[in-house]
Order: sequence, then C-alpha cells, then structure tokens
Amino acid sequence: MNASDTAFVIICACMVMLMTPALALFYGGLVRSRNVLSTHMHSYASLGLISVLWAFVGYTLAFGDDVGGVIGNFAYVFLRGVEGAAAPAAPQLPHTVFMAFQCMFAVLTVSLVSGAYAERIRFSAMLLFSALWLLFAYAPMAHWVWGGGWMSKIGAVDFAGGAVVHMASGAGALACAQALGPRISSGQSFIPNNLPFTLLGGGLLWFGWFGFNAGSALVAGTLAGHALVTTHLASACGILGWMLVEWKRTGKPTSLGVISGALSGLVAITPGAGFVGLTSAMLIGFVGGIVCYGGVLLKNKLGYDDALDVVGIHGLGGTWGALATGLFAVASVNEVNGMFYGNSHQLWAQFVSVVGTWVYVYAVSRLLLWIVNSCIGLRVAPEAEYTGLDLSEHNERGYTL
Amino acid sequence: MKKLEIIIRPGMFEKVKNVLTDLGVHGLNFVEIQGFGRQRGHTEVYRGATMQVDCLPKLKVEIVVHDAALDKVLEAVVTTARTGQVGDGKIFISDVLDAVRIRTGEHGEEAL
Repeated sequence: MNASDTAFVIICACMVMLMTPALALFYGGLVRSRNVLSTHMHSYASLGLISVLWAFVGYTLAFGDDVGGVIGNFAYVFLRGVEGAAAPAAPQLPHTVFMAFQCMFAVLTVSLVSGAYAERIRFSAMLLFSALWLLFAYAPMAHWVWGGGWMSKIGAVDFAGGAVVHMASGAGALACAQALGPRISSGQSFIPNNLPFTLLGGGLLWFGWFGFNAGSALVAGTLAGHALVTTHLASACGILGWMLVEWKRTGKPTSLGVISGALSGLVAITPGAGFVGLTSAMLIGFVGGIVCYGGVLLKNKLGYDDALDVVGIHGLGGTWGALATGLFAVASVNEVNGMFYGNSHQLWAQFVSVVGTWVYVYAVSRLLLWIVNSCIGLRVAPEAEYTGLDLSEHNERGYTL
Repeated sequence: MKKLEIIIRPGMFEKVKNVLTDLGVHGLNFVEIQGFGRQRGHTEVYRGATMQVDCLPKLKVEIVVHDAALDKVLEAVVTTARTGQVGDGKIFISDVLDAVRIRTGEHGEEAL
C-alpha cells in the first residue's frame, strides 16, 4: 500500500460520489416542476440503497474471485476480509478504498438509468428494479470488464466504464423506456422546469468526471494525468460538436445543447481516457457531441419515450467511445494499440464487448422489469401522473414560492 | 371613475409605473399573467425537439382614475408601453360604480 496513491483515490472516490447529487440536479432540472423532487429522489435513493447492497453482496459479485469468467464468488460478502488488507486488484491501495471507489460507480450507474423512467415510475418499483439491476446487470458487467471476466479475457479494454457505466445504463434505459411506455403528455410539451439546475448539475458532473476517469488509473502518476487531460479536452470538443450541428439544424445554439455536448464528450472519452492520445481524445469528443445529438433525435424516430435521453447520450456515446478506443488506442499511452496503430484485433474485441453489453444488459433489464411489473406494477396511475410524482409518491412539492 | 386593465410586456412595468405616478395616479396593483392574443406564442428548442409555447407571460396592471384624467392616462400608457411589434398588449376600460376608502369611509372619487 502506498500513501500517495491512496490519498489520490480517496479524493477521486469523493469526486465520483459528488456526481450522483450532480446528476440529480442535471435530471431534476429537465423534468416538469411537479416531478422535480421525485427525479432527485431517484438519485439520492440510489446512494442509500445501492451503497448498502454493494457492501452486502454487490462488491463481491463484481470483484470476488472469478467464477468461469461470468461472476465473482462470495469471498467478500458483507465485506468480509476487506478491512485492513490491500486490494488484490490494486495492491497499492487499501481494499476499503478500492471498494469505496467502485461503490460510487455502481451508485452513479444505477442513477443514470433513472433518466429513462422519470416522471412515471412508482417509487417502490424503482427501488426494487434498481436493487435487482445492480445484482444482475451491473455486478456481472463490472466483473466481465474489471473483475477478470470474459470481456477482459478477449482483450476488450474499458478504462473508466464506457461499457460498464454508460452502455449498460443506456441499454437498461432503453429497456425501461419501452417497458414503461411513454409519459402521458396531456397535450403539454415536456419543457424543462429549471435549466440553471441542469447546467449546474452538468458542470459538477464534469468536475466529478476527473475523479472518475483520472482516478481509474488507480495510481497517482502519469497515466492519471493523461486521463485528466483527455477527459477535459474531449468534453470541450463535445461542446463544440453539439453546438455546431444544433446551430445548423435548428438555428440557434442552446445552453442545454452546450451542457449535453459536454456530457457527450465525457461519455465518449470514458472508455479510452487512459488509452488514446490527446489529439485523438479531441476528435473522439467532437464526434461524440455529434453522435449523441443524433442519438437524442433517434427516440422520436423510433418512438420510445426515453425521458431524459439516457440512450441517446450514454448508450450511443458509450458505444462510440468503446469503438473509438479500438481505433485510436496507442501503446505509447498504455500498452494497447488500436486499429490505426496496426492492431485491428482490438477493434474486434471492442465490437464484441459492445454487442455483449447491449444484448446482455437489455435482455436482463427487460426480464427484471417484467418481474417487477408482475409483482408490484411499474407505473403510477394516470391521475397520479397528472398530479405529479412529487405529491403522489412523496407527499411533497418542490416549489412553494 | 374608470377602471383600466392594462396588459403589457413584463419588461415595460417600470416605465409604465413611472409615467402613471408622474400623472398623479396614487395607487395601482398588478398581477403576473399568462395568455395569448394575436402574438400567439413562440417556439422553444430542447435537445433538437421544437416545442410550441402558446401562452406568454404578461403583466396586468389595474388602476382606477378620475373620468377627467382618462384620456391623458391612456395616451401616456400607450406611448410608453409601445414597441410597435405585435405583443405590446391591450387596455380594457370599464365604468366603476363606486369606491370606498376603508380607513375613512369616504366614497366616490374622493376615495381614489
């Protein structure tokens, strides 16, 4: 164990924790005012529920000793043996610190999915689905990529969670949007209630993302610094990419477009932050902004109501980022070459991980949603939806000005 | 006595209030309203989706004036609140039967 690396990862874990409240603000500003609290609740409830489940069994399923490349064993159930030891996956860190850093990722990923079912899910159904989703979707995904599972064995790389966090939440979100059906529109447009919330939340997500990506180096060194810079540049270029297409297509650049573009760039660089060069990162971010703008338009074409565009931004941005890592990775950064540096196998491995993630997470999410719907019902009654979830599910109102 | 319901652009309030005060109007009240007239609404764009917003925010100022002051007040408000673009607002004028100052019990124009 090493003091500087430990200090670094502790700080990064705190920064990633901040991303969940930031996401609550980001999502909370986008819904209608009668659902502002319930949307915040989806993230904060995840901080409670998922953190506890992670300590009980989630962590060991993801990072316990590999069982057949599919799942971790029960070595660390209830965090048995974690206290006082060094982390097997990162011996420079205390096991507790590694576990906590990963815990923040799990909490955030579950919260990300909530953008798809906002404004119409029952709170109890949301809790049950989130718990099951952590155990049956997130934990296996984390194991496959980072815990020694099959995706890492075929050589697919994912620096900070392009597949585990973003594609997985996107695939889960698509399943949710389809299983729940569209929000009742009552002839009203879905106009955001508080875009300054959304901008503040997005800005804080950007800040937290430095902990997310740089921290994923798990060592306070050159690679962490490299990931910090790729992350920042990709986000900046994501803004420009989104702004460019938006300005051309609808005539004016919007603040929601700018912050969405920043997040698109961040999502796109997440899998490659510690594998690609600095100029490649800029290109990945710029294209990410354009790809995600298209991804957001897709929902109207395909007819699912992904309320806050999780599929468009996290799903498609993560997919682009995973494939781009297979193209632009360069061994001078971190031991792996992509197709443009003579290793076309890498693109193939990335492609398999993309297909594997989408198919598995989508299928298991649909199954879990079917189970939850059969047991307790997913959606609130229509009159509750008209009233808004803040009052109907929580007996509160967000604004009493 | 005439009651004026003056619907104006929200940004015009300070100017209208000042010109009314200059003309000796001693009191007014206003409410923030939403609605539409000829201007109809406008479009807003959120993540590439264009949305039609029909009702726009306006301000409704209510004052009651002496019959003799009506024309002067009307002209002042109209010239002050006008931009010449559709959406400047409207003024509705009606007769007022009586007025009472609660503190003293005075009636009629004395109470204004």
